[in-house]
Amino acid sequence: MSDQETKPAKKPKTPRQKMPEQNPIERAHNFYEVALGYDNDLALLEASRCLQCKKPSCMKGCPVEVDIPDFISLVKSGDLMGAAWKIKEKNSLPRIAGRVCPQESQCESKCVVGAKGKGEPCAIGRLERYVADYAALHDDGKRPELPKPTGLKVGVVGSGPAGLTLAGALIKKGVAVTVFEALHELGGVLVYGIPEFRLPKAIVRAEVDELIRMGVEFKTNWVVGRIETVDDMLDKRKFDGVFIGSGAGAPLFLRIPGENLNGVYSANEFLTRANLMKAYKFPETDTPVAKGRRVVVFGGGNVAMDAARTALRLGAEQSTIVYRRTMEELPARTEEVHHAVEEGVKFQLLNSPTEIVGNDTGWAIGVNVQKMQLGEPDASGRRRPVEIPGETARIECDTVIVAIGNAANPLVPTSTKNLETNKWGNIVADLETGKTSRDRIWAGGDIVTGAATVILAMGAGRKAALSMLNTFGIS
Amino acid sequence: MFEILQKERLGPGVNRAVISAPDIARAHKPGQFIILRTHSDGERIPLTVADKDADKGTITLVWQEVGATTYYMGTMAIGEKFQDICGPLGKPTHVEKFGTVVGVGGGIGVAPLYPITKGMHDAGNHVISIIGARTEGLLIMTEDIKKVSDELIISTDDGSFGVHGFVTQVLQGLIDKGTKIDLVVAIGPVPMMKAVCGVTKKANLPTVVSLNPIMVDGTGMCGACRVEVAGKTMFGCVDGPEFDGLQVDFDLLMKRLAMYKGPELIALNNFRETPRGCKCSFPGGA
Ligand SMILES: Cc1cc2nc3c(=O)[nH]c(=O)nc-3n(C[C@H](O)[C@H](O)[C@H](O)COP(=O)(O)OP(=O)(O)OC[C@H]3O[C@@H](n4cnc5c(N)ncnc54)[C@H](O)[C@@H]3O)c2cc1C
Ligand SMILES: Cc1cc2nc3c(=O)[nH]c(=O)nc-3n(C[C@H](O)[C@H](O)[C@H](O)COP(=O)(O)OP(=O)(O)OC[C@H]3O[C@@H](n4cnc5c(N)ncnc54)[C@H](O)[C@@H]3O)c2cc1C
Ligand code: SF4
Ligand code: SF4
Ligand code: FES
Repeated sequence: MSDQETKPAKKPKTPRQKMPEQNPIERAHNFYEVALGYDNDLALLEASRCLQCKKPSCMKGCPVEVDIPDFISLVKSGDLMGAAWKIKEKNSLPRIAGRVCPQESQCESKCVVGAKGKGEPCAIGRLERYVADYAALHDDGKRPELPKPTGLKVGVVGSGPAGLTLAGALIKKGVAVTVFEALHELGGVLVYGIPEFRLPKAIVRAEVDELIRMGVEFKTNWVVGRIETVDDMLDKRKFDGVFIGSGAGAPLFLRIPGENLNGVYSANEFLTRANLMKAYKFPETDTPVAKGRRVVVFGGGNVAMDAARTALRLGAEQSTIVYRRTMEELPARTEEVHHAVEEGVKFQLLNSPTEIVGNDTGWAIGVNVQKMQLGEPDASGRRRPVEIPGETARIECDTVIVAIGNAANPLVPTSTKNLETNKWGNIVADLETGKTSRDRIWAGGDIVTGAATVILAMGAGRKAALSMLNTFGIS
Repeated sequence: MFEILQKERLGPGVNRAVISAPDIARAHKPGQFIILRTHSDGERIPLTVADKDADKGTITLVWQEVGATTYYMGTMAIGEKFQDICGPLGKPTHVEKFGTVVGVGGGIGVAPLYPITKGMHDAGNHVISIIGARTEGLLIMTEDIKKVSDELIISTDDGSFGVHGFVTQVLQGLIDKGTKIDLVVAIGPVPMMKAVCGVTKKANLPTVVSLNPIMVDGTGMCGACRVEVAGKTMFGCVDGPEFDGLQVDFDLLMKRLAMYKGPELIALNNFRETPRGCKCSFPGGA
């Protein structure tokens, strides 16, 4: 291995190009997309920063191994359509990944331009978004011809990124696919969880429409495990294989007193009301959501940031994140934390909620917290928060959003005969193939890994599709 | 799909509709419910499947007009379609031969009680049904219930029909007479279910209630439907809707049901301003 190729001696002259954004004061009150995307000049400048490494370390950081230098090289040469196809070889939903991938801890964290304090990494995610948006805008409608139907058919449980990716990969090989979705909209967390201002729903819809155009069949309002089981799908509907991509949809609560008071939401409920049910347009739409004046959010991940920022947009005067550790340990994407701070979200760090206090009509009026300090590192290497004895406080509020994570929804695993699950209720599946303990049943995405990322779910869908094709004897 | 094939008014503000939904009709078991949306900006609301015909591929819904969605449904005509119907949802009723089962239904609760009564009757139980309403004009589905009961006792709060009094008094009467009761199933307004459980608790009778918390998805994803049973938080949509009535915190349920009182009125008034809304029967007249 030659060092020159992976470790350039010279510092790049062009700085990392910023993404134009809506002004924080304005955007904190609307649901339009926050980040506005590169224009052609910015994209070319940013692309020029890529060194076209022969052994590109960035690709090792990407869970689906997008051919990063090649697509960036196509951007440089002006072939944006070609760049889009290059990305799509590995990542079938680049408009989505380009927006929500935690790039700073994946591809970009491995980019040599950003290594060892030499500068900031090449903005791979922003370029990916630019290319994919361009391709969508300039779509000529032409598609490679689909192969003849093989006669094989696959059923998919759940229309999240895992299920959608698998459906796309199979239909392109002549396998008929039917996707069964519990909700009335398709896209999983992409439509009910991640807010419009980070991922416009029209983009998800366009990806779904593309799959419909290729012949994927969708059945909404279809709760597998209630209307039919996975076994029914195999035995009665005669699917040759079933893929379970039902996500990690069951909200966790802290189990502290007062959690069932009015005004206390799981992040899932709050975001579902706001996004899927469009409560932000109430009363034009029929679904209400408590428009808190003072909102407190428990948790420090992406979901907590989304909830806190959505609350502001719904009109909260104050939106506060309450987190047990410090800013350093926040699991949310740096960019999202930064956006939240800019928009006016407050942070009460080193605080652990112990009780939600209510009034006599059953509404939340405050949260009692225990003050914490950082102690010894725990198994994950993060310093563990420990109580400071006797130091407590009250945070006044009228709405509480619990965003401390999601567990596996047991509906599908428990209604499927002899399907092995682990102690958390996640389906046990081979991470390389998606194969489960049952013949003809594959699984992937959050239902296997626990709450993770969009790109990992897509990767799982892709791997399971390949494994299915392998099993079916199609190359 | 989801087309209204038949529709009638059962009483003031109470409607029954037969709807085409073959997949749901095939899978449905007593005690289960559906979640529907009338139109693309509509709310998701849960309703019990009051009856079904698997061969014809239809389900029957019975609903009371209480807010924007149920009033909207009241204005829907034969031939109109629902945007979405998702189901069946919830755990089915545990049906077996218990012996003597007393079904207590209050107001609109008679509709969800009907399929359970039918199931219990088909399973060979001796079924005693107690049906109550505030006044005669508000009694619904008495003929349907009669067909699947061995005994039927009707009561009205004002004495306009049947026994003068509350369903709880009728139930107490049965207990006092020494009737052997193996299971009580109570469905109706929350205060009624609470009162019934007050009676059965004293007599130590196992009691099943069907709870109606506010729901969104109905699949265990959101937690809107939280109820407390035996001091534990449960999700009404996946752990229920039926629970051990003797262990339910009814006061919490009542408070939670009132959570959106303000916005619900705004939504209803808003709906009344629409062309469809002027046609609705608000406020409650048939
Ligand atoms: C608020 C929020 C913000 C997030 N932000 C990010 C981010 O910025 N970047 C990132 O990479 N990741 C983010 N994530 C995580 C990411 O969204 C998930 O990891 C990803 O969506 C998992 O995909 P999936 O396909 O496994 O499942 P999901 O997206 O959860 O989809 C599962 C689908 O299956 C359906 N389903 C479930 N049970 C049944 C059933 N019984 N029958 C039929 N259908 C069923 C569900 O309704 C759902 O539509 C976020 C998650 C949340 C909640
Ligand atoms: C499992 C279950 C089965 C039910 N079966 C029946 C039935 O067979 N017939 C019937 O008439 N009613 C039934 N209900 C109650 C019915 O869902 C509500 O009356 C309906 O949602 C009211 O909606 P709305 O928009 O017309 O009124 P709104 O103005 O929205 O609400 C009026 C009242 O209804 C309740 N409510 C509101 N939204 C919901 C919601 N999403 N879920 C549950 N309750 C809500 C609240 O107490 C509220 O104060 C059932 C409820 C549940 C949970
Ligand atoms: S898919 Fe995600 S990780 Fe992979 S290159 Fe694109 S932005 Fe980076
Ligand atoms: S993105 Fe970074 S690591 Fe990847 S090829 Fe370009 S310079 Fe090299
Ligand atoms: S209605 Fe959402 S979890 Fe029960």
